[in-house]
Amino acid sequence: MSRKLGFGAAINEAIQIAMQTDPTVILMGEDVAGGGKREGDDIDEMGGVLGTTRGLVKSFPDRVLDTPISEMGLMGTGVGAAATGLRPIVELMFMDFLGTSLDPLLNQAAKLRYMLGGKARIPLTVRTVSGAGMQAAAQHSQSLYWITAGIPGLKTVIPSNPADAKGLLLAAIRDDNPVVFCEPKLILRTSGEVPEGDYEVPIGKAQRIREGHDVSLIGFGGTVPVCQKAADKLAREDGIECDVIDLRSLQPLDEEAILGSLEKTGRLVVVDESTPRSSVASDVAALCVDQGFDFLEAPVKRVTAPHAPVPFSRTLEQTYIPSAERVIAAVREQA
Amino acid sequence: MNLDRTQLLEAYRRMRRIRSFEERLSDLVTAGKMGGFMHLYLGEEAVAVGVCSHLSDQDIVTSTHRGHGHCIAKGVGIAEMMAELFGRATGICKGKGGSMHIADLDKGMLGANGIVGAGIPLATGAGLSAQLRGSGEVAVAFFGDGATNQGAFHESLNMAANWKLPVLYVVENNGFGEFTPTEFVIPVKDIAVRADSYAMKSLIADGMDFFDVFEKTGEALDHCRSGQGPVLLECKTYRFGGHFVGDPLVYRSKEEAEDWIQNRDPLDGFEQQCVEASLVDASDLRQIDLEVKEELDAAVEAAEAAPMPDPSELTADVYFEEGA
Repeated sequence: MSRKLGFGAAINEAIQIAMQTDPTVILMGEDVAGGGKREGDDIDEMGGVLGTTRGLVKSFPDRVLDTPISEMGLMGTGVGAAATGLRPIVELMFMDFLGTSLDPLLNQAAKLRYMLGGKARIPLTVRTVSGAGMQAAAQHSQSLYWITAGIPGLKTVIPSNPADAKGLLLAAIRDDNPVVFCEPKLILRTSGEVPEGDYEVPIGKAQRIREGHDVSLIGFGGTVPVCQKAADKLAREDGIECDVIDLRSLQPLDEEAILGSLEKTGRLVVVDESTPRSSVASDVAALCVDQGFDFLEAPVKRVTAPHAPVPFSRTLEQTYIPSAERVIAAVREQA
Repeated sequence: MNLDRTQLLEAYRRMRRIRSFEERLSDLVTAGKMGGFMHLYLGEEAVAVGVCSHLSDQDIVTSTHRGHGHCIAKGVGIAEMMAELFGRATGICKGKGGSMHIADLDKGMLGANGIVGAGIPLATGAGLSAQLRGSGEVAVAFFGDGATNQGAFHESLNMAANWKLPVLYVVENNGFGEFTPTEFVIPVKDIAVRADSYAMKSLIADGMDFFDVFEKTGEALDHCRSGQGPVLLECKTYRFGGHFVGDPLVYRSKEEAEDWIQNRDPLDGFEQQCVEASLVDASDLRQIDLEVKEELDAAVEAAEAAPMPDPSELTADVYFEEGA
């Protein structure tokens, strides 16, 4: 059975299930309870800046912890708790705040297991809102998953719809490795069918969401709907049938799914919301050239944001984000 | 003081182990037999042993780049440590950690740390874990004076005080942050006062005196374990050697160092107090010296003969894998 749920509600449900099924799961972050422990008829809780975790503190008053605005302390405490018997979900309000919280991820969570010769397990999940789309401007809008995906020891996942958000988050929480879970702003306000009950979406597996033989469109997170829109239009106007792949996981990367699609179509466009340097888009393009060269009938095209901070103005921000029109133009260029 | 003869001899053994281990490393590095950055704990033995004598294997400690002393004090085997520092497959971290990441979770030692101050939030998290699991364990963060200028220190103390976590923060104030005198970079004389900002209990111990460290730690841990929250314990100590093996030591006077080394040696002080009070005989301590030397000889010999890690280990343990 499934029913329609918002992206945030699906995340909330996943946390609820994880905390019900495992008493070691805790949720900590800035404002995750947000007033939920205060008494008063006219007092309600915030449940995080976007309200995603509202209600959880009522169900789990001891395991939903508001922290000070101390990203370094919060992240490091999460890592220490993960190394010593808990399964923390740390909310990093916006992914840009990696700047103030990076060391515990980069030098501790990611490396502890390796440095300790395999003795440590760090079952940490970092939930973070990523990307542009809410006019939040340069310091609250960057897509920085290319940083976490490039750090050995971390996993990075990014769902494109509420059903995957719920299943991927449950998988992330139950994974014995540190997992960064991105919640893209572009789709945070969307809703979709979400199965009831407890289920996991496996980390490291891409999903084909549209079958086609002419060109592969590789997207993830907020660019998946962009790819779908482009595929619809290309089918209608050009008779081009796209094979649309949702990566879902950036590390591990489902290389087999990418190369399998390329082998079938011979053409590939990868659509990434982040800036182009050292990006997932560049990584996918390199994979195609390195291991899929014989399949290629046209150059691989990357559709990304420009190498620039995210602007505030709605017009500029909309131009910044990869659009279906740019994807269509890239596909037509390949033809 | 509530230590019996056996406990006193064990405390001495651990301090002697640290001293001899570090002196041996200094020789091995200088002779070019061992690589990597090597930060020795010489002179600070009473701090690690005074604190860790109160801890069980379940209590977590986090450490610093100067971490061998904390490992030995926590009961990690010196043979496995020596093999690690030689980069051997038989090392405590399979040769992948080295000096700056030496660790043994089985002994509650969460690791030396190459990032100054980074162990402080980790211990805070271990304290949170202990509190939420109701385990009765405590967490101890060892760090230097320099680390108290990091945000990680202040953020952690604030959180721990706010949540009344069972965490003991031990600052080893050895007078120098790397090569810079502490008073050049910290405007307060006693780092312990930094706890006041967080309404946290603090204590100051003579870090060269095992008994003072032991006593103050006992008082601090009673506070932590009774649910009253964390404590900042400042141990005033001195680094006998440089920041690392090979440090030319141009930034401090020979007289100052000699005064500490000749007159404030924590092992000498321990022996003097114990023998004067007729708690142990000097001959017992000489016997331990001998046993530690033999133990070290055997550790070095075994480490040098041990195999190097297999190349397949290069990518092993990057991730936890089910069934692996």
